[in-house]
Amino acid sequence: MKLIDEFRDPALARQLVESIRGAATRRWTLMEVCGGQTHGLLRHGIDEELRDVVELLHGPGCPVCVTPATVIDHAIELALRPGFLLTTFGDMLRVPGSDRSLMQAQAEGANLQMVYSPLDAVKLAQELPSTQVVFFAVGFETTAPATAIAVSQAQALDLPNFSVLTAHVRVEPAMEAIAQAEDCRVNGFLAAGHVCTITGYDQYYRLAQRYRMPIVVTGFEPIDLLVGILRCLQLLEQGSTEVVNAYTRSVRPAGNVAAKEILQQVFVIADQPWRGLGEVPLGGLILAPKFRRFDAVDRFGLERTSIAVEDECQSGAVMSGRIRPTQCPHFGSRCTPQSPLGAPMVSTEGACSAYYRYSNLVPLNTSPAS
Amino acid sequence: MNPGPTWHCPTNTGVGSDRVSLLLGEGGRGSRDFLRQQITGRFPKVHAAFADAVHLPNVPGRLAFTTDSFVVSPLFFPGGDIGKLAVIGTANDLAVSGAKPRWLSLSLIIEEGFSIKVLEQILDSIAATAELVGMQVVTGDTKVVPAGCVDGLFINTSGIGECVPGFVSNTSTLAPGDVLLVSGPVAQHGLAVLATRERFEMHSPLVSDCGSLWPAVQTLIEAQIPFKALRDATRGGVAAVLHEWAADCGHSLCVDQNQFPLTDEVRGLSELLGMDPLFIANEGTMLVAVPEIYVEPALTALRAVRISQDAARVGRVEPKSIVPVSVRRTLSRPVPLDEPMGALLPRIC
Repeated sequence: MKLIDEFRDPALARQLVESIRGAATRRWTLMEVCGGQTHGLLRHGIDEELRDVVELLHGPGCPVCVTPATVIDHAIELALRPGFLLTTFGDMLRVPGSDRSLMQAQAEGANLQMVYSPLDAVKLAQELPSTQVVFFAVGFETTAPATAIAVSQAQALDLPNFSVLTAHVRVEPAMEAIAQAEDCRVNGFLAAGHVCTITGYDQYYRLAQRYRMPIVVTGFEPIDLLVGILRCLQLLEQGSTEVVNAYTRSVRPAGNVAAKEILQQVFVIADQPWRGLGEVPLGGLILAPKFRRFDAVDRFGLERTSIAVEDECQSGAVMSGRIRPTQCPHFGSRCTPQSPLGAPMVSTEGACSAYYRYSNLVPLNTSPAS
Repeated sequence: MNPGPTWHCPTNTGVGSDRVSLLLGEGGRGSRDFLRQQITGRFPKVHAAFADAVHLPNVPGRLAFTTDSFVVSPLFFPGGDIGKLAVIGTANDLAVSGAKPRWLSLSLIIEEGFSIKVLEQILDSIAATAELVGMQVVTGDTKVVPAGCVDGLFINTSGIGECVPGFVSNTSTLAPGDVLLVSGPVAQHGLAVLATRERFEMHSPLVSDCGSLWPAVQTLIEAQIPFKALRDATRGGVAAVLHEWAADCGHSLCVDQNQFPLTDEVRGLSELLGMDPLFIANEGTMLVAVPEIYVEPALTALRAVRISQDAARVGRVEPKSIVPVSVRRTLSRPVPLDEPMGALLPRIC
């Protein structure tokens, strides 16, 4: 199948593994920013294959994982109100809030509908004029443009029964928070290819210069990941702090201009609490004043999110690369995909779930030795 | 097929209108009219079952007995409908247990207000499928529940089959070196139902594999393949069967993802949705475990039958390791294959 088979070619993959081994004079530590990349690396066994030359740390790029528990609590509260329908992506349904997930709330009568696009939620609001349809909007710059289009459609249609509960986040500030931490172990970033498809990568030059580390825009298929790792190691070996695009079939330097325009119209950049990481300066997107009437928090008198809720889940340490999922004392014992303590064990992009599914470092369902 | 009588009773017995009413399932005249108008024409063997139970003929050997309920949404999807599925699902459970499907019970739980026309279409489909797989519907029941209590129509079928003497499918006998075969392309049913339910606009349609596995089982028996285990890979897909087998035999199973036959439509949609075809349900695809020396004869036998014409070798049983089921992908390193947790796709069967 075109655009898939050539990026999973076993012979080429083998060749790239050898090139990576040849390029490295020491063991480097790279962070793959996106959870989709973590899954790709583990699913194809790339992390194990390259264990002796590169340590791969998974980054904060799982939007579901960083959505604060209190926002999930808001979603549950709205879904339980009579006359409300909460719509969201399937990924969000199993993520625990403070005390339960949306799926558990559904069993108690919460009115939920999974959608594939925020535009489906707008359609539902048109079809159900006497129902308050709330779209629970999560995601990085990849999903935010679709939310922006939905909100501007609702504005154009003057829909009184559509609103959004937003938890949209921006990836670059989170990378910066990790890079500037005193105990940062990351030598180079594999930037999230799909986010860069929207944002471009011009903004990374400043980051690379300031923190003296190369950044390689990387895709998700095995060959993409191997090429990204090879380019990053080559730059590190040369002492270069360049920004390189290794996902050229999707990413342009300036990104998707139309998507960026609609983002700018509908959203403004704001400080944002991230689950596990705390307040990330300029780390989120909230509705611009012109569209604020579609904000579910304002409209329904919900309390603005604080980040007071801390749980046993060590997602912050995992998502900033301080510990690997298998080093968490709860991994595979108290915390499994069937019974997660935190979001990274639930989401299809969550790092812990990826390690649980694909890693044979520790016996599944038992505590790690260390 | 006999479409059944078209005469409608003018009194309101629940059958004369174009919607199913509660009267139809309440016993008495409404029920009797429904039986006469909708059931006995299509399923002549039920005629005798106006009594409370049907008497079955003597058979020489052992019998196999199974039951399943069907709640798929939507009721119609490319390659099938809830009626066809209700026959095939039960027939296949008998087939992979080494029993030739023979007799079927049919219980309908219908939502008040359900379209009679749609019900007739589904009953026609049940009759046609039963004939195709060689089963007779011999008994059944109909209940109608108030609107909102079920989603249109739920069906339960139970099936009885005649066991083939000497047939053994015993997963505990799987041993390192045994080879795993799959009878055809995987993940078609789950994705066809999903694509229909979510109204994905696809360039070429996904079609469910919903079909009888008995011919594939029969060909293995006739070719005297001493297979060790058979299982249809329904909910949870191939991954669920592999985990069950690994738990049963105490060894590890390893499959090669690239060896699984996949249609282009399934590949495209599963890539798009980020779903692994090994986790997606099938309704006419089974896994077979055979000793290594019988791989070629087994594949030859399977490929001679339409339902299993794309049969392929996909993996093997290996000595027990830390990981019960693993899969090889691009780098040929075995990577653990997770056990499905359910709810990937709700109500696919």
